Amino acid sequence: MHLADATPALDTGDTAWLLACTALVLLMTPALALFYGGMVRTKSALNMIMMSFVSIASVSVVWLLAGYSLAFGEDTALGLIGGLDHLGMAGIAPDAVTGHVPTLLFAAFQLTFAVLTVALISGAIADRARFGAWVVFTVLWTLLVYVPVAHWVFAPGGWILAKLGALDFAGGLVVEINCGAAGLALALVLGPRLGFKREAMRPHNLPLVLLGAGLLWFGWFGFNGGSALGANGLAAAALLNTQAAGCTGLAGWLLVEKRRDGHATTLGAASGAVAGLVAITPSCGSVDLVGALLIGLAAGVVCAYAVGWKFRLGFDDSLDVVGVHLVAGVIGTVLIGVFATAVMTGGPAGLLHGGGLAQLGKQLVAVAAVGGYSFAATYGLGRAIERVLGFRAEREHELTGLDLAVHAESAYDHGVLGHGSATAHAAVLAHSSDRSPAV
Amino acid sequence: MKLITAVVKPFKLDEVKEALQALGVHGLTVTEASGYGRQHGHTEVYRGAEYRIDLVPKVRIEVVVEDEDAEAVVDAVVAAARTGKIGDGKVWTVPVDGVVRVRTGERGPDAV
Repeated sequence: MHLADATPALDTGDTAWLLACTALVLLMTPALALFYGGMVRTKSALNMIMMSFVSIASVSVVWLLAGYSLAFGEDTALGLIGGLDHLGMAGIAPDAVTGHVPTLLFAAFQLTFAVLTVALISGAIADRARFGAWVVFTVLWTLLVYVPVAHWVFAPGGWILAKLGALDFAGGLVVEINCGAAGLALALVLGPRLGFKREAMRPHNLPLVLLGAGLLWFGWFGFNGGSALGANGLAAAALLNTQAAGCTGLAGWLLVEKRRDGHATTLGAASGAVAGLVAITPSCGSVDLVGALLIGLAAGVVCAYAVGWKFRLGFDDSLDVVGVHLVAGVIGTVLIGVFATAVMTGGPAGLLHGGGLAQLGKQLVAVAAVGGYSFAATYGLGRAIERVLGFRAEREHELTGLDLAVHAESAYDHGVLGHGSATAHAAVLAHSSDRSPAV
Repeated sequence: MKLITAVVKPFKLDEVKEALQALGVHGLTVTEASGYGRQHGHTEVYRGAEYRIDLVPKVRIEVVVEDEDAEAVVDAVVAAARTGKIGDGKVWTVPVDGVVRVRTGERGPDAV
């Protein structure tokens, strides 16, 4: 993003584009809900979907009350955190402008990023988290981890982008590495699912996974294209790079699968596309098309191998938040230091385009800082919630499925025998018929 | 009377049905089933993780016939369900003490 560069003045074209992008990015969270929901077993599908949906509500409210101000308010401490001047969006009139768009719209666009990042973490703890504890986590994590990292990277006074000079166009650090490191931390706090490595925990609905992946891809145009904060050539380049990397990510994953397992799978196609899209998120505003194609391919190939780590190392990151988001996020962020071109960035170039090792070094520092902070802070927060509220679901609930235990609902009713009796409704009817003769 | 139970590959259901109809068997009950014999299951791969699926989908076909027809019915089911490959299934026969047709109350062979 290029917040600091723009001379504030409203542009209706830029505003219209960002309004559309905000809606596109908000769609990504329900899309993620389907993507994740299809990947878990039938008995906890609704709970998985609900973890994303509740994040839309909890993170949005926190963001509007305090998150925006702390992330994008005037810097108060060496680029580490913003101020409290805009709590509850105080002092921001409808005609206030950030860059070329209304500040309220910029805040809304950023809100959708915060929502998605938090929802992404839930994939690491599928099938075994207490729902109430998750809701508390979404609120606290937004304030303690997302907000500072967003300030470091995206705010005009942030230390990573503005001061250090590392590049992250649309959130490779803020969204992808942040959620991946947090997912790893929570997976370690909660421990593996009962039956991990012994039971088949197959995705219960792959068409749902692919529908979710398709909608994510659609929303990603708003995510990356919108991060140009204007309807301009940079947005077009970012959008094109996004498409390129999604495609080569898909291809790379399928090539690995075909060679290693003998089959190109649908889950592999969805996962590879997401890996490519993740990797191009930080880099779509700084690399050319060839760079984008190679970054997507690298992410597809490496992530296809990386998802096996959880079995070898023994941590149960259920839906591969680490193997896809952390790994592809690191690939995309680091490769900026290799493929960045001055034509795109208007300044720093990467190793391949004559920029030397300087940018690569900055990217590595940024990755280590965000990854390290996110992992450590999330681990501490997860442990605290585990101690105070209990984060892990009861054994019985985990075995029978969280849908019934937590939500008193089930995702599907295929059998002919599952009808039961409608207690509440029957009670109402009995009550009214008892009284009717007396009327 | 005899109860003949056959557990066969699902795609063979139509051929078994036709063979039984050709023999004059009036009715049958079909249940979706799963299980394994010597064949065991198959392997599925999700994101590179292999899952061994032990239980293979089958259909379970049940018919009640008179004693003298039982052998012919078993032969017809076996002939129709056979592919010659592993996992073709099993057919077994057990004696039936009595049968009642729910609609009419008829008992014994008339109810079959």
